[in-house]
Amino acid sequence: METSSNVNPERLLTQARTLRWEVGANIHEQLVEALYTDAARIADRAVVRPDKPSRFDLDRTLDRLVTSRIWGFPIMLLLFTLVFWLTITGANVPSGWLATLLLDTVYPLLKSGAAMIGIPWWLDGLVLDGMYLATAWVVSVMLPPMAIFFPLFTLLEDFGYLPRLAFNLDHIFKRAGGHGKQALSMMMGFGCNAAGVIATRIIDSPRERLIAIITNNFALCNGRWPTQILIATIFLGGLAPAYLAGLVSALSVVAITLLGVLFTFVVSWGLSRTVLKGEASTFSLELPPYRPPRILQTIYTSIIDRTLYVLWRAVVFALPAGAVIWLSANLQVGGVSIAEHVVSFLDPIGILLGLNGVILVAYIVAIPANEIVIPTVLMLTVLTSGLSGVGQGAGVMFELESSASTLAIFQAGGWSLLTAVNLMLFSLIHNPCSTTIYTIYKETGSLKWTTISTFLPVVMGVVVTFFVAQVWRLFGG
Amino acid sequence: MSEDILPVKSQGCEGCPAHHAANLLKLGVDMQDWDYVVALAGNPNTGKSTVFNALTGLRQHTGNWPGKTVTRAEGGFEYADDRFKLVDLPGTYSLLSTTLDEEIARDFILFGQPDVTVVVADATRLERNLNLALQVMEITERAVLCLNLMDEAERHKLEVDHRRLARDLGIPVVPTSARYGRGLDELVETIHQVASGQVRPKPRRIQTLPPELEHSVRKLEQEVRMQYPDLPNTRWVALRLLDGDERIREAILRGELGDLSSGDPENRVNRDLAVEVA
Repeated sequence: METSSNVNPERLLTQARTLRWEVGANIHEQLVEALYTDAARIADRAVVRPDKPSRFDLDRTLDRLVTSRIWGFPIMLLLFTLVFWLTITGANVPSGWLATLLLDTVYPLLKSGAAMIGIPWWLDGLVLDGMYLATAWVVSVMLPPMAIFFPLFTLLEDFGYLPRLAFNLDHIFKRAGGHGKQALSMMMGFGCNAAGVIATRIIDSPRERLIAIITNNFALCNGRWPTQILIATIFLGGLAPAYLAGLVSALSVVAITLLGVLFTFVVSWGLSRTVLKGEASTFSLELPPYRPPRILQTIYTSIIDRTLYVLWRAVVFALPAGAVIWLSANLQVGGVSIAEHVVSFLDPIGILLGLNGVILVAYIVAIPANEIVIPTVLMLTVLTSGLSGVGQGAGVMFELESSASTLAIFQAGGWSLLTAVNLMLFSLIHNPCSTTIYTIYKETGSLKWTTISTFLPVVMGVVVTFFVAQVWRLFGG
Repeated sequence: MSEDILPVKSQGCEGCPAHHAANLLKLGVDMQDWDYVVALAGNPNTGKSTVFNALTGLRQHTGNWPGKTVTRAEGGFEYADDRFKLVDLPGTYSLLSTTLDEEIARDFILFGQPDVTVVVADATRLERNLNLALQVMEITERAVLCLNLMDEAERHKLEVDHRRLARDLGIPVVPTSARYGRGLDELVETIHQVASGQVRPKPRRIQTLPPELEHSVRKLEQEVRMQYPDLPNTRWVALRLLDGDERIREAILRGELGDLSSGDPENRVNRDLAVEVA
C-alpha cells in the first residue's frame, strides 16, 4: 500500500501515543467540554430570547400533565378510549354503505353478467363467489374503521404524544428487565409488528433487543384491530343498551390492548429472568416538542401509507384465500366437502379452547395476513352451519348490511359470548403473521429465536383461552 | 425524472476531484446517474426526515419521535441541471463514535466524502444542535446548516439571527420550516452553490481547547499534514488520534487515510464499510 514516501503510519501513531501520555487521561472530557463551550458561545450570540419568559409555557404544562404519576395513565386510557370510540361509532354507517354497494348492487350485476356470457359454473363460483366476495367483504369491513383509526392514531403520533407514553412506560419496562426504548418499538408494533421488529434496531443491547422482538407480537397490529373492533362491536357492544354500545365496545378493545401491554411486561420479565438474563441498560429519551398536528396532511399520508397499504395487503391475500375457501367448500371427499372435513376434525380442539374448528382453520388460512381472519370465519361458518337464505350455495359469501345480520350468522354457527371473548384473546395472543416471522428471521439471523418468537405466543394463546374456557364453563354454565 | 442521461456525463465527472464515486460506491451509494452526493446529518427529531422527504418529493409519513430513521434512506432531486443524491443519515447527538448510529454517520461523512453535508438543526435547541454541527465542520468544510423548525422558534418567541450564526460558524445557514415547505428553495440553492464550488465555506474550528491540549493537537497536526498534505481535516484527525479513536488508527494503518488524501478515486482501497445496520 505504498502511496507516498512521506507516509509513515508507525511514526504518526507513536507520536500520537507519546502526546497522549503528555496531555493526560481526560482528553475526551476536555474535547467534549470545548465543543460545548464553543456551541454555547455561538448559540448565545445568535439567539435572542424573549425579555420576559412567558409565564405560561404550554409545552411544559402539557408534559407535566401527561407524564404525571397520577394523571399519566388515566389520560392514556382516556385518549385510547376516545380513539376507539370514534372509530367504532364512525365506521358503522360507511361500512353499511360499502356493503350495500359491493354486495347488494355490484355482486348481482356481476352474477347476471356472468350468466349472460355463459361462463362455466365452477369459474363463476371460484371468481365471483370465492374471490370477489372475500375481497368485497374485506374492503367493506376494513376500510371504514381503518380510514378513521389510522389518521387518529397518526395525529396522536404527530402531536408528540407517543414518546410521552414511552416515557410513562419506561420505568415499568426497566423493572421487567427490558430496555426503555422497547416502549417505542411496541408503539410501532401497534401499526405493524414487522415494522415494530425493525424498529427494535434503536436498542443497542442484543439481549434487550431480543426481548423487544419476541414481545412485539403482543402489540395489536393493523391486521388485528379490525377483528377486535368488529367482535367487540357485535358481541360486547350488543350486551349494552344502545346508547352505551359504542362506549362498551371501545372499552373492551382498550382492555384487550392493555392486556397485550401487560403480556409484554410479563413475558419480558420472564425472559429477562430465564433465557435472556441481564441488567437493564439506561438511556436518555428526549421528549420532542409538541407540534401542532397538520390535520389534512396527516389524513392524506396516513390514508396513503397505512390505510391503503394495509387494505392492499388484505386484498392481495383475500383473493387467493377466497378461491381456496370456495374450492375447499365445493370439492368433496366421500360426500362431504374438504372444508367440513377439516373443520369437524379441529372442532373438538377448538371447543376445548372455547373457540371452534372454524376459527382454528381461519387462523391457519390467515397465517400470511391476520386481516382475513374474519372473512374466513364468516365464509366457513355459513358453509358448515348450513345457513340458507344467505348466499346461494356452499361457501358463498353473503350480504351483510348491519352488524345484526353478522350476529345472526355467528349465532347460527353456535357462537356464544365465550367464543367472542376467546376469539379476541386468541387474536391478541397467537403466532405473528408470516411477514413478521420472516422479518424476525432477517433481523436476528437466528432460527432459534425466530422459532421461539413464533411458537411462544401460540402456546400462550392456547393456555390462556383454555384456562378462560374452563373457568367460564365452571362459573357461567 | 427522465432516464436519458448518457454515460458520457459520468466520464466528465471522473476527473473532477470533488467526486468520490469509487468510495461512495463502496459505501453502497449507486453513483451512476448522480452528479453530487449530499449527506443529511442532524440530531434526532430535528425534522431531518421531513427535510429529506420535502427535497426528494417522497411523501412518506414521518413520526414525531427520536430514532425514527434506523436505516439509511436515499433519494434524489434535480436542480439547475444537476442531479443530487440525498443520503439521510441516522440522527445523532455527536460523532464521537460511541454508538453504531454515530459510527455510521461519521464513517459516511469521513470516508464517503459527500459533496455537501447538510446539518439539520432544531432552531429551538440551537446550543445542543451546534455541538454536532461543530463536529461535522471539523470533518468537512463543505457543510451547510439547515436551521429547521423556525416555526417552532417563532411559537416560542425566539429570535435566531441566522446571518450572525453563519458568520460565526463560517458556513452557510438557511432558516427553514420543512413541515410547511418554507426555506427549502433557498436550501437547495445553497446546496447547489456549495456542491459546485461557487460558495466555499470556511468553517470555524474548535477554539476553546485547554492550552496544553491545543499545543499537542498542533504538534500532532503538523505530522499529519506532513504525511497527508491534501487531507482537508488534519486537525480533526490529530484530535481523534489524541483521543485514542480506534477507527482512525485503523484507517491510518490500512492506508485509507492516504487514499482520502490522494484525491484519486482509482487508487482507493477496497473495503466494506458496515453502513447498513446489521
